[in-house]
Amino acid sequence: MKKNTLNTNKISFLQHIHIDGWLLLGLLVLMSVGLFTLYSASGQDEGQMQRQFTRLGVSFIVMFVLAQIPIGAFRRLSTYAYIVGLLMLIAVLLFGDVGKGAQRWLDLKFIRFQPSELMKLAVPMMVAWYISQFNLPPRTIHIITGFTLVAVPTVLIAKQPDLGTSLLIASSGIFAIFLAGMSWRLIGFVSLLGGAFAPIMWFFLMKDYQKQRVLTFLNPESDPLGAGYHIIQSKIAIGSGGMDGKGWLQGTQSQLEFLPERHTDFIFSVFSEEFGLTGVMVLLGIYLCIILRGLIIANRAQDAYSKLLAGSITLTFFVYVFVNMGMVSGLLPVVGVPLPLVSYGGTSMVTLMAGFGILMSIATQKRFMSR
Amino acid sequence: MQRKRQTIRDHSAEANLFARRATVAFFIVVCMLGIVLNNLYSLQVEQYDDYQTRSNGNRIKVLPVAPNRGLIFDRNGVLLAENRPVFSLEITPEETNDLDDTLSRLSTLMAITDDERENFESKLKGQRRFKPIAIRTKLSEEDVALFSASKHLFPGVQIEARLARYYPYKETLTHLLGYVARINKKDLQKLVEAGQEANYAATHDIGKLGIEKYHEELLHGSVGYQQVEVNNQGRIIRVLNVDPPVPGKDIVLNIDIELQLAAQQALADQRGAVVVTDIKTGGVLALYSNPSYDPNLFVHGISRKNYAALLNSPDRPLINRATQGQYPPASTVKPHLALVGLEEGIITEDYTIMDGGRYQLPNVSHVWRDWKKWGHGKVNVSKAIEVSCDTYYYDLAYKLGIDKISEAMYEFGFGDFTGIDLYEESDANMPSRGWKRARFNQPWYIGDTIPVGIGQSFWTTTPIQLAHSLNTLVNRGERYIPQIIRGFKKADNSVDVLPLKTLRPLQFKQQENIDIVLNAMHDVVHGSEGTARSVFKDAPYQSAGKTGTAQLFSVGQDEKYDADKVDERLRDNAMYVGYAPFEAPEISVTVVLENAGGGSSNAAPVAREIMDFYFRDRVFDTDIAQVQP
Repeated sequence: MKKNTLNTNKISFLQHIHIDGWLLLGLLVLMSVGLFTLYSASGQDEGQMQRQFTRLGVSFIVMFVLAQIPIGAFRRLSTYAYIVGLLMLIAVLLFGDVGKGAQRWLDLKFIRFQPSELMKLAVPMMVAWYISQFNLPPRTIHIITGFTLVAVPTVLIAKQPDLGTSLLIASSGIFAIFLAGMSWRLIGFVSLLGGAFAPIMWFFLMKDYQKQRVLTFLNPESDPLGAGYHIIQSKIAIGSGGMDGKGWLQGTQSQLEFLPERHTDFIFSVFSEEFGLTGVMVLLGIYLCIILRGLIIANRAQDAYSKLLAGSITLTFFVYVFVNMGMVSGLLPVVGVPLPLVSYGGTSMVTLMAGFGILMSIATQKRFMSR
Repeated sequence: MQRKRQTIRDHSAEANLFARRATVAFFIVVCMLGIVLNNLYSLQVEQYDDYQTRSNGNRIKVLPVAPNRGLIFDRNGVLLAENRPVFSLEITPEETNDLDDTLSRLSTLMAITDDERENFESKLKGQRRFKPIAIRTKLSEEDVALFSASKHLFPGVQIEARLARYYPYKETLTHLLGYVARINKKDLQKLVEAGQEANYAATHDIGKLGIEKYHEELLHGSVGYQQVEVNNQGRIIRVLNVDPPVPGKDIVLNIDIELQLAAQQALADQRGAVVVTDIKTGGVLALYSNPSYDPNLFVHGISRKNYAALLNSPDRPLINRATQGQYPPASTVKPHLALVGLEEGIITEDYTIMDGGRYQLPNVSHVWRDWKKWGHGKVNVSKAIEVSCDTYYYDLAYKLGIDKISEAMYEFGFGDFTGIDLYEESDANMPSRGWKRARFNQPWYIGDTIPVGIGQSFWTTTPIQLAHSLNTLVNRGERYIPQIIRGFKKADNSVDVLPLKTLRPLQFKQQENIDIVLNAMHDVVHGSEGTARSVFKDAPYQSAGKTGTAQLFSVGQDEKYDADKVDERLRDNAMYVGYAPFEAPEISVTVVLENAGGGSSNAAPVAREIMDFYFRDRVFDTDIAQVQP
């Protein structure tokens, strides 16, 4: 009983500061693994480690701050966030800065900003808000409207072009609609429609470099020194890791720099090379735990908006994991999605942690309400 | 937010629906992660071997390591070709603080030429910045000392040492040893054809001439390998494994460097060649061709100017006269011809002719003259050799006929390669009917045969051929191929002597015939009328020989007619072949001097000087000797 009381106290302390303990634990473990991997992947670069620490700190603060905000506030902000985000996306296409051959940045004089990052949260918020207006499961007309809400920003981002982010945003909205109870028959129909849309994408919407990525993905060995080089070196790194890996800091593919982008998009290859399949299973386990916890939070949420938003955020997190691991191991084309909370890099990490902040807000709000 | 709801929400049904969907979603997540895991299992477990190999292929590079070239020693262990470190000044651009500044400061230390700078900058463009680039390839000792003192001021600049061939005896041994120089395209092609390119992967130089070329395979050794770990730019991170190269064999020559130097000295500044051989083995004790040049010039790449000077010199220093120079043998072949005449029964020991200084064929108006205007009087075969009577040999040649002469002389080695271990050898020419038909599309005239008796008329030989044929005669038909290489130097400094190279011995009907000829050659030196008697007067040893004076001026194959030099080059070639000691022959000496005049007055003294040097420490019995039958 005493232990129970202590436990209750502890929970209530975390509850008090709007933090979900299990989720926090999962994130901390993941980030620790990530920092170890980054130390190796950066070639023991202390400058990069420091910057990553700073980002993690900022991300934690963002998460903590957002966790304090009641979910109702998010609900009320949904439409505004979406509209502002949409306007900024249009602005990017018109006046955006070009970085790495794509227009992604909006320079607001005092801050450079990627509106697509805002949309990663604004889209699921908007769709969740819209769908939750009506009884679940949603009617076809609402589903069509929902898809339109998803499609507009997706296309705008794809045109920047940023295939990875548009994919993430599309999935975040679609997950919300799926979780709301879109009928299986309709899912089947939309899948068929999507299949029919693929050739249209190929011929009218995709840029040459994106097509090249897909072609390279289908046969990386066809261009071993050019576009296929990344994926071949990545597969060599992963494959040569074997069951037990080469050991921390011992990965020859990464330490000798055969692996490109080793500290960003291809950090999973470094991890696989140094820790082997054993390490990979542990890492997948950590991700699965976080996803499971997210879905539990969603399931326990009180209202439809919270459920849909929490579920969407969690499943989008999964998409990051799946797409990144899939692309570095040759299952998917290289689309530029980082390994969440492990890859070096700022913007996506802040967005992800903001998402977890909302998740924590939902997780802890519920308890207050039920009291 | 104030939107009015049309129906009352069933919260528990919605919660159930969401729970089902979330469960499905989680199931899908697990399935998809399963797909990822399955793919990783395939990469990391099923295809592990393949990817591990490819990973090692990325990082492990095998670098060839050049073997050290074998050294060359003379028969007494004197080093004739050695490997010396040469120093080059190299700059690693990445390690310098400021490349331009480094270069300008360096040029205040040692004058860097525009050529060197240009060369450096062109290499700089095509190379990784961590790879050292040479700015000066051959540092003088001064430069080395100068730079070493202020090395700390030049980060990224270092002195690199490499072994390169050095020939301490310079021009003395050039035609014999040859030299090595950088492997060029043609060499590379030959190596590829021989399947040797891997063995030469790290080798800088290859034998281009002489012994260095002929015994390249022995001297080179086999390549070693160094296994290194490299990064994606090819920078060496560490050495994993070393498979050391097998150095080339140290070879010992039959050459006696002191005798070689004596031969060089004896020739002084006269164009010509000297060959000294060991009669009992065919080993070449000395072989010198004058004029010569410094082979070290070629090792590091000869300048265009120097090379042009060598190539265009009217004295043809690039030709090895001892093996490539083609000279009419003149009277030096009279002993061989006499032997053939005796063997064929055309002449006997007692057969004599009356030499009136001229020889004519019946019904032919052409007169062939003896070198002695009024003739030698009554001459038998011995005297014909001793006084070098031409008329006797006109007659002998006429009676033998070209076919017999040609065949017999070919047996003695005339008109054929001796097989000496040098690629720079000419087979010269032993004329025959067939040869004249092929060469001039003309029949052989009887008038062509007569001068063959005194070693003229299309007949050319090389000094090494003369030496070889003399050895065969002195050895009574035993034939040893002249060899420069003697064997290999073993670790304990003893010599692993190679077996002698022999040819099928020549058979003679009458050993006495050989005695007649050899005794006559002894008379050349020691007889009362011998053509070399004055030159060898008071020599402490008994020797035998034959003088020769050739009336042509042809030198190597490429000789051009030079109007300014015509007078000098029309002078006779002086020749001498001899051996000693007469009773127990050890060495044969062959001397050819271009345009030097008479053989007895000019070539014989050179031979004597060499023989005197060879026997300098010996005490001989001064009784007049006769060859033992």
